[in-house]
Amino acid sequence: MRGLINYFSGMFNGIISLLKGMGVTGKYFFTSPVTIVTQQYPENRKTLEMFDAFKGEVTMPHDENNEHKCTACSICQINCPNGSIEIVSRDVVNDEGKKRKELDKHLYNIGMCSFCGLCIKTCPSNALAWGQEFEHSMFTRDKFVKTLNNEGSKLMQKKGVE
Amino acid sequence: MAEIIQDIQEQEYIINMGPQHPSTHGVLRLVLSLRGETVLSVQPHCGYIHRGIEKMCERLTYQQIIHLTDRLDYLSAHINNHAVCMAVETALGIEIPERVKYIRTIMDELARIASHQLWWCSFGMDLGALTAFFYGLRDREPILDIFEESTGGRLIQSYYTPGGLMKDIHPDFQKRVKDYIIYFRKKIGEYDQLLSGNVIMNQRTQGIGKLTKEEAISFGVTGPSGRGSGFECDVRKHRPYGMYGKVEFKEILRSEGDAFARYMVRMDEMRESLNIIEQLIDNIPAGDFTVKMKPVIKLPEGEYYQRVEAARGEFGVFISSKGEKYPYRIKLRSPNFSNLSALHTMANGQKIADLVAIGASLDYVIPDIDR
Repeated sequence: MRGLINYFSGMFNGIISLLKGMGVTGKYFFTSPVTIVTQQYPENRKTLEMFDAFKGEVTMPHDENNEHKCTACSICQINCPNGSIEIVSRDVVNDEGKKRKELDKHLYNIGMCSFCGLCIKTCPSNALAWGQEFEHSMFTRDKFVKTLNNEGSKLMQKKGVE
Repeated sequence: MAEIIQDIQEQEYIINMGPQHPSTHGVLRLVLSLRGETVLSVQPHCGYIHRGIEKMCERLTYQQIIHLTDRLDYLSAHINNHAVCMAVETALGIEIPERVKYIRTIMDELARIASHQLWWCSFGMDLGALTAFFYGLRDREPILDIFEESTGGRLIQSYYTPGGLMKDIHPDFQKRVKDYIIYFRKKIGEYDQLLSGNVIMNQRTQGIGKLTKEEAISFGVTGPSGRGSGFECDVRKHRPYGMYGKVEFKEILRSEGDAFARYMVRMDEMRESLNIIEQLIDNIPAGDFTVKMKPVIKLPEGEYYQRVEAARGEFGVFISSKGEKYPYRIKLRSPNFSNLSALHTMANGQKIADLVAIGASLDYVIPDIDR
């Protein structure tokens, strides 16, 4: 007799517990969602905004005169754990006869980048910054190597103290 | 015919579960020996996602190691980084600012909640409750947004660095976290309604995968899995680091040692994590977010060990330094590897379907096992 009672009470409690769970799903079925969690991604491409801190890719900001801040010191190349940065520089002799390096190409291989941010953090002249671009897929691997400095860009001259 | 049936009932049958099985959550290969449906032995075979992180660390500076420890247990990336950073800081004898300690502790607890949420998702999914998967991910999304706003990464953040943080938190950080605590307090009741009291889930987990306290200690099963067996192993409580010494929280313990106990420990831990964050979030002191460090960190010669409580158990970092800028040797004590070693004891004599429930309750992350 006790076994029979246990059998039915177990069944009854089981159904109650299932109904409780169904209550949660039912509530969401009948009340429209307040916020949509998922992104309607390909459709909202034009309005999609990432957070400011978002680590999309490493970029080198240029000003309106096509000038950047990179002094070709190679500190980002040394600090990169994966070897995804290669700096090609040339030696230039200025008017006073001093030799110094000038940036030729800042090669950045995004296929090897692990987005740790050490290059940007350690750059002494703040020449690098995070970009917001995140659609990185390419058809061939060699397109992952990007030249960060623009064609014909120059080093930004430091403004003298007035 | 009768002979064949008898043969099948008596013979041992060897079967591979994984490396591409949905319930192994990654590339873990379990070689099962079965008699009928009963599991006689489980032999985990590791190495499918071995990347040699410990060896790679020997050619990296201490700042660069951070981006690799992110990729061990990717669900508690912040907590792993915390261990490496603290090991380096204690070796150098640096006192880090209070602000850093507060932020690190809050971030650790947020990571723990997010990790347990994803575990809850996959736990439900492994037992056939797909709805749980969506609800868990829905509540995990705001945490990832909080991470992304302040750190720039959603899953892999690389936010801590020896001496402090990579950058300061976003001005909205406190407000967002406080909103989230209120939001999640409401939603966690739904979790209990949906899955904790569910009769199917209860019958599939209660009394399944028993592990006694002695076995848990001898296998080194730590974290929620160990505490489900009554093993007091919370590093936050017994060896406080960060701000854990100054906040009040309970160490969740259960004595049953079955899959359901491990489930309930994690559910209660999420509530405790909310309590910890609530005590800290209003009091973040102003100050620097990092200590001025030398560009090249050289640890003094010696051996250093630091342990933290990751989402799945005790995570330890052992650094042996010869006074160079690279570590001579790094050994990482990952919680999942020890937890996995107890799988045979738990699953022995159970049915093959219970093995899925046991695996789900252990919550293993394969890249942490293989390193």
